[in-house]
Amino acid sequence: MPERIALHVNGRHVEVDRGSTVLAALAVAGVAICRRSVQGEPRGALCGIGVCFECRVTIDGVAHRRSCQILCREAMEVRTDG
Amino acid sequence: MAERRTEVLVIGAGPAGLAAAAAAAACGRRVLLVDDNADPGGQIWRGEGRAHLAVPARFEVRCGVRVVDACGASAVLAESAGGVERLTFDRLVLATGARERFLPFPGWTLPNVVGAGGLQAMVKGGVPIAGKRVVIAGSGPLLLAVAAYLRSRGARSLLIAEQTGRLRLARFVLGLAGAPQRLRQTLELRRALAGVPLLTDAWPLSAHGAGRLEEIRLRTRRGERGERCDLLACGFGLVPNTELAALLGCRVEAGCVAVDEHQATSVAGVYAAGEMTGIGGLDLSRIEGEIAGYAAGGDERKARAGLGPRRRARRFARALERAFALREELRELPDARTLLCRCEDVSVGRAARYPSWRAAKLHTRCGMGACQGRICGAAAAFLFGWRCEHARPPASPARIATLAAQHEV
Ligand SMILES: Cc1cc2nc3c(=O)[nH]c(=O)nc-3n(C[C@H](O)[C@H](O)[C@H](O)COP(=O)(O)OP(=O)(O)OC[C@H]3O[C@@H](n4cnc5c(N)ncnc54)[C@H](O)[C@@H]3O)c2cc1C
Ligand code: FES
Repeated sequence: MPERIALHVNGRHVEVDRGSTVLAALAVAGVAICRRSVQGEPRGALCGIGVCFECRVTIDGVAHRRSCQILCREAMEVRTDG
Repeated sequence: MAERRTEVLVIGAGPAGLAAAAAAAACGRRVLLVDDNADPGGQIWRGEGRAHLAVPARFEVRCGVRVVDACGASAVLAESAGGVERLTFDRLVLATGARERFLPFPGWTLPNVVGAGGLQAMVKGGVPIAGKRVVIAGSGPLLLAVAAYLRSRGARSLLIAEQTGRLRLARFVLGLAGAPQRLRQTLELRRALAGVPLLTDAWPLSAHGAGRLEEIRLRTRRGERGERCDLLACGFGLVPNTELAALLGCRVEAGCVAVDEHQATSVAGVYAAGEMTGIGGLDLSRIEGEIAGYAAGGDERKARAGLGPRRRARRFARALERAFALREELRELPDARTLLCRCEDVSVGRAARYPSWRAAKLHTRCGMGACQGRICGAAAAFLFGWRCEHARPPASPARIATLAAQHEV
């Protein structure tokens, strides 16, 4: 069994396997919306490989991090703009 | 700023970059291979790339390192969690791969409308797919590979909508008779997908839902139909990543980095291999990587051994290109209000008022957002026939510290 990691998505407790992306933690938490566009439209991940920047979230207080590229760490605090 | 010297620097640890690094190391060169992903492997071997490294690897691999700009003729600027550094080289091999092409249609910006290869990457990164209803749409063999992968991970139902025509596809499969190994791969894939409907002449017309995807409209041979689904995974072929090469001054032609017989670019000492020099798939990427690696390492004889296999792999790439060429009707998918640029929320209608990509960028900020036109540039090139390759440093949004450090040198 892979090791589990616990973190928070919008204040909610979530557990994922070690090696999972932050995007995976959002999906486990049932969150599809990562950010709001300049006109306020909801947006979620598109390319999955770090190119489109649609999956940006705030991680441990740092804004605009690409959730598809960053791996979960224990006790991370993730916030979406949804 | 920290500085690292190496004889051969390889950027991109996909199949092409891994092959190049191994070949250059076999020539006795000191080789450094860098990639911005957390692990080597590129798109196809995402997360399992270590298994494809010869053990013990005779070159150094560093992941989580993103090259953001050129830095004179024999160095590049790279950033990582550890900060900014200058990587200096005698020879450089670029192997930055490709990304998917996304075409706009009403609703394509809804959450849970994703890339096809993109969804595969997300699931490899831990996004749960079990029990989900997925429609995979667009074009090319990647759609089938993704479907087979998602099925193996427990997706509940799958439907594939391939835009190319039934006859073209049949002709392509018949053409595989001359390549038994590829034919076997295709049949195996088809077997893995037994029971999964594969529609040809079919494409998404629109996506609908409140805050996230709920339903799509599909155009099929039998007319329009609705389909309820959790995810729509779209990919209309691949687009070479040429931005970094362009920043280094390499000539880019028809969207691909131009190379000579030995994979050398127009800039002395700089080679390029893999999807960035033209979309050709795994085999071609590896062969090109090997040629580039031997050429950069100084063993011309070994480099030339790859020329025959490369010719055959290129022939197959051309057959693929013909079989999955995008049809004209896809240009009519967006309406005037459909967004073209997702970063700056610029509609297709607004961009269409201008005669060129340059003019549209200037007046609407289209292509000037976080992705720097990587998504909408390829769409605009297809919709309007514009040339959309203007590389401006940095090659990807870099931290201010990186840019500041550059001016210290
Ligand atoms: C999302 C996606 C999924 C795919 N899935 C499959 C599949 O399942 N099966 C299949 O046969 N083909 C797949 N392909 C096609 C794939 O392009 C080829 O099979 C093959 O991986 C290409 O090899 P490559 O070495 O040219 O490029 P890639 O494998 O794309 O490798 C390029 C590498 O360069 C790195 N890179 C790019 N720019 C920089 C930079 N500035 N600094 C540092 N590193 C950088 C990237 O992170 C990447 O790891 C996929 C393509 C995409 C875009
Ligand atoms: S989904 Fe495109 S950058 Fe993360």
